[in-house]
Amino acid sequence: MTLYEKMMNLDRRWIYLILGLAVIIPAIIPFTVPVAVTPEVKSIYNFVESLKPGDYLFLGIDYDPSSMAELNPMAKAIIAQCFRKDVKIIVTALSQNGPGMAEQILNEMASQFGKRNHEDYCFLGYKPYPGIVILNMGVSFKLTFPNDYYGVPLDSIPMMTKITNYRDCKGIIDLCAGSVADMWIGFANGRYGVPLAIGVTGVMAADYYPYLQSKQIFGIISGMKGAAEYETLTGYKTTGIKSMAYQTTSHIIILLFIIISNIGFFLSGKKEKKKI
Amino acid sequence: MKRTLPLFLVFTSGMIMLLQHFVPSEESEFIYKYANDWLITVGVYAIMLGIWSLIRVTVAKARYESGERFYAIVTLFGMAIMIFSGITVESQRAGSLFMNIFAYVLIPIQATIFSLLAFYVASAAYRAFRARSVLATLLLITAFVVMLRMIPLGPVSVWNQYLVGWILSVPNLAAKRAIIMGVGLGMIATSMKIILGIERSYLGSD
Amino acid sequence: MNRLKLILLILMLALWSGIFIGRVSAQEASPPDSASAVKPAPPINVTVVDNPNDNGHFLLIKWDPSPDEKRSTDKVIGYEIYRSDKKDGKYKKIGITAVGIYEYKDGSDIEMYGENPNPRYISIGSIYYYKLRSITESGATSDFTSPLGAAPKENWFHTGKTSYFIAILLYFAIVLYYIKVAKSGKKLYIRPLGGIEAIDNAIGRATEMGRPILFVLGTGTASDIATIAGYTILARVARKTAEYQIPVLVPVNDPVMMSVAQETVRTAYIEAGRPDLYDEKNIPFVTAMQFPYVAAVTGMMIREKTATNFYMGLFYAESLLLAETGTMTGAIQISGTDQTAQLPFFIAATDFTLIGEELYAASAYLSGEPLLMGPLKAQDFMKAILIILIISGVISLSFGWNIIADIFKVNIT
Repeated sequence: MTLYEKMMNLDRRWIYLILGLAVIIPAIIPFTVPVAVTPEVKSIYNFVESLKPGDYLFLGIDYDPSSMAELNPMAKAIIAQCFRKDVKIIVTALSQNGPGMAEQILNEMASQFGKRNHEDYCFLGYKPYPGIVILNMGVSFKLTFPNDYYGVPLDSIPMMTKITNYRDCKGIIDLCAGSVADMWIGFANGRYGVPLAIGVTGVMAADYYPYLQSKQIFGIISGMKGAAEYETLTGYKTTGIKSMAYQTTSHIIILLFIIISNIGFFLSGKKEKKKI
Repeated sequence: MKRTLPLFLVFTSGMIMLLQHFVPSEESEFIYKYANDWLITVGVYAIMLGIWSLIRVTVAKARYESGERFYAIVTLFGMAIMIFSGITVESQRAGSLFMNIFAYVLIPIQATIFSLLAFYVASAAYRAFRARSVLATLLLITAFVVMLRMIPLGPVSVWNQYLVGWILSVPNLAAKRAIIMGVGLGMIATSMKIILGIERSYLGSD
Repeated sequence: MNRLKLILLILMLALWSGIFIGRVSAQEASPPDSASAVKPAPPINVTVVDNPNDNGHFLLIKWDPSPDEKRSTDKVIGYEIYRSDKKDGKYKKIGITAVGIYEYKDGSDIEMYGENPNPRYISIGSIYYYKLRSITESGATSDFTSPLGAAPKENWFHTGKTSYFIAILLYFAIVLYYIKVAKSGKKLYIRPLGGIEAIDNAIGRATEMGRPILFVLGTGTASDIATIAGYTILARVARKTAEYQIPVLVPVNDPVMMSVAQETVRTAYIEAGRPDLYDEKNIPFVTAMQFPYVAAVTGMMIREKTATNFYMGLFYAESLLLAETGTMTGAIQISGTDQTAQLPFFIAATDFTLIGEELYAASAYLSGEPLLMGPLKAQDFMKAILIILIISGVISLSFGWNIIADIFKVNIT
C-alpha cells in the first residue's frame, strides 16, 4: 500500500483517538479562541449597552434544563450586562420544566453582583399557555401574574408598581428552545411592536433568520457559538467561550481528515468503486 | 378466506378514519379517540408478547450458543433486577433501587452510546466527503464551507456566516421541501394501496 | 395645587382598582365606581355566534374597538369578557383580550376535571349570554355592553378543510384510474431506481458468503407509514432469502411491530415454498428504548457478521450509529427513510439510500406486480399537478394575484 492509499484508508480507530484527544486536551488545558462577533449578536449587545440605569428590560428564560448547555451562558451574560448597568429585569419562565433552573440562574447572578430580588429584578415564574400569557402581559403584567414566582403580590413589589406592561420596558430578549419564540415574535412584537431579540439553540437558528431579515427581531444569538460571541462582548465568560475551544479543535480535526483523504484520493490516482 | 376478513377490516376502518378527519362533530371525535384507545390497549398486550419473545430467544441462546451465553445471562439478570426492583409503588420515588439504577446506570450508558455519534460523524465524513464526481465535489465544498463556520478565521468568518446562512435557507431548504412533498404523496399512495387492499404483502397467508 | 392632588388621588385609585380586578378575576364583576371619572366607552357592535367547524362546544364573540382606544390619556388597552347561562343571571369573567384582538373563542368540551366541574365547559344547544367591557391603562372599566346570547351547534363538515378534501378525492380518483389501466394489461412505464437493483445484488452477495441478512425496521411504531413501507420491502426481501436459504434477522423495538414482522416473514417463506426454514427466533423483540436498541442491533451485526444490512423505516439519531457500525463490519448496506434529518447520515454511511418517496415506491418495484404500478404512476401524475400549481402560483403571486395561493388555504383552527 502506498502512502497515498494509506491516507485514503486510515484505520478509523486513529480518527477516533485523535478526535477524542481534540476534545479532551482543551478540557484539561483550557485556551480561548478568538470569536468573530456577528452583527446579529452585536446588535443585541449594543441595545442593552444603550439602556440607562433604572430602565426595564424583559427577559424570557423559556427553556428546559435539557437545553441549558447552549442557553444558560447566554442568559448569564445578558443578566450580567444588565446588572452592571443597573438595568432592572423582569423574567418569565414559560417552559414547563424551566422555572427552577431560571430561579437558580437569577439567584447565582444576583449574589454575584450584589443585586436584590424585587428591587433590581423580578421573577414572574411560569404559567401555562405561553401564547395567552404573552398576549395578556401586553395588557398588564399584574392581570397576568397577580403574584410573582415567590407568591408576593406584584403591587407590593417596588419595581413593579411603576410599570404596567411591555410599553414600560425598553425591549424583550427571549431565550428559548421550543416554539415559545414564535409567540413572542407573533404577539409581543407583532401586536404590541415591542423591540424583540431572541436566543435559540444552534439547531433552531436557521428557522429564525428570516425574522431577522423582516426586522421582526433585531438580533439573534444562536447556539454555543452565539453564546460565546455574547460572552466575548460582555467579558462575562462562563461555559460558552470554553466550549468553543472543543468545537473549534474537533471541527479542525474533522476538516483535516477530509483534506487528507482527498489528497490521498487524488494522488493515488485510483478510481475507487462502490462495493456493488 | 383468512385474508378476506382482515382486508375488509382494513378497508372499513381506513375509510372511516379518513372521513373522520373532515367531520368535526362530537361523534367523530369519539370514533377517533376510541380507535386510539384500541391502539394503546393492543400495544399494552403486545408488550407481554414482546417480553415472552425476548425471554424465549435469550434462554435459547444461553442454553445452546456458547458464544452468546455470557450476554444472554447478563440480559436475563438485568431484566429480572429491573422487574423486581420496579414492581412496587415506592420504587417510582427518588432514591429507590429502581430509580437509582435508572439514573446512575441506564442514563449514563445511553448518553455514552449517543456520544459515539460524534466519533462516527468524523469517520463517516472522512470516508464520504471525497471528490469522486462533480456532485460529490459540490457536496464536499458545501460541507467544508458549513463546517468552517465553527472555526475562527477573522474577517473570513464574517462573510462565511452569510454564505452558510444562504446555503441553509435556500438550496438546503428547497431540497428538503421537495423531499417532504414527495414523502407526503408517497404516504398517501401507500395508505391508499393498503386501504384498497392492493398491497397485502404484510398480511398473513390465505 | 389642589388639582394636582386630585389627579394623583384619581390615578392612585385607578391603579388600585386595576389591581383589585386582577385579583378577583374569577369572582363576580363589581365595577369600581371610584374610577368613573375616567370611565371609557365600551366596545361596540358585539356579536355572539356559533364557532364554525367544531364539535359544538364553542362560541365566537366578536366586537369592534371602543372609540376610547384612541383618546389621549388613559387609553383603552383591553377588553374583558363575561359569561352567564341566564340573561339576568350572575355573570362571570371568563377572559381578557388585548387591544388589536377583537374576537374571543369561548368554551370547552371537557365537562369535569376529575371531581370539579370545568367552568369553561359549554354544552351543545344551550344558550349562553355574554357581556363585554373595556379596561384602560389605569385599570378603569367601562359599562357593560347589553347581554347577547347564542347556542353552540355541532358541525358535520369542516369547511376549512374543503380544498384538502377535494385534493384527496382527486388523488383517489387518479389512483383508481391508473389501477384500472394497469388491470387492463397495459404496460406502465416507470423510471428505473438505482437502489432497487442493489437490493437483489446485496441478497446475492449474502448468499455467496453464506451469512445472514439484517433487516432493521427503524425505531418508529407499528402504525407509522414508513414502518409499513418497511414491512412491504421486508416481505419481498424475505421471499428471496427463503429461495436462497439464508436467514434474515429482524430485531424490532416494538412488540406490535414484532408480530407484524413475524407474520410478514412467515407468509413470504410459505409463498416461497419453504415454510420449514422459518424461525420465529430470528425476529425477536429486543427493547423499546432507542439507545439500548442500538446496542442490541450493533451487537448483532458484529457477532453474527451479517453480510447485508437493510435499514427501512423511521429513523432518528440511531441512523448513523447503526450504519457506521455496519461499515466497520464490512456489510453491504441499503437504507431508506422519510426523515429528512437522517438522510444525510444514511447517504454518507450506506451504499444505497432510498430517499423519501422511493422508500414507499420500493415495494412496487420489487414485486413487479402491474397492479402496484398504478398508484406509483398516480403519484407521478399528482406530482406533475403540484409542480404546475407551484410554478403558476409563483408567477401569479409575482403579479399580485392571490387566486392560486387561496386554493391552498387550509383553516384548521
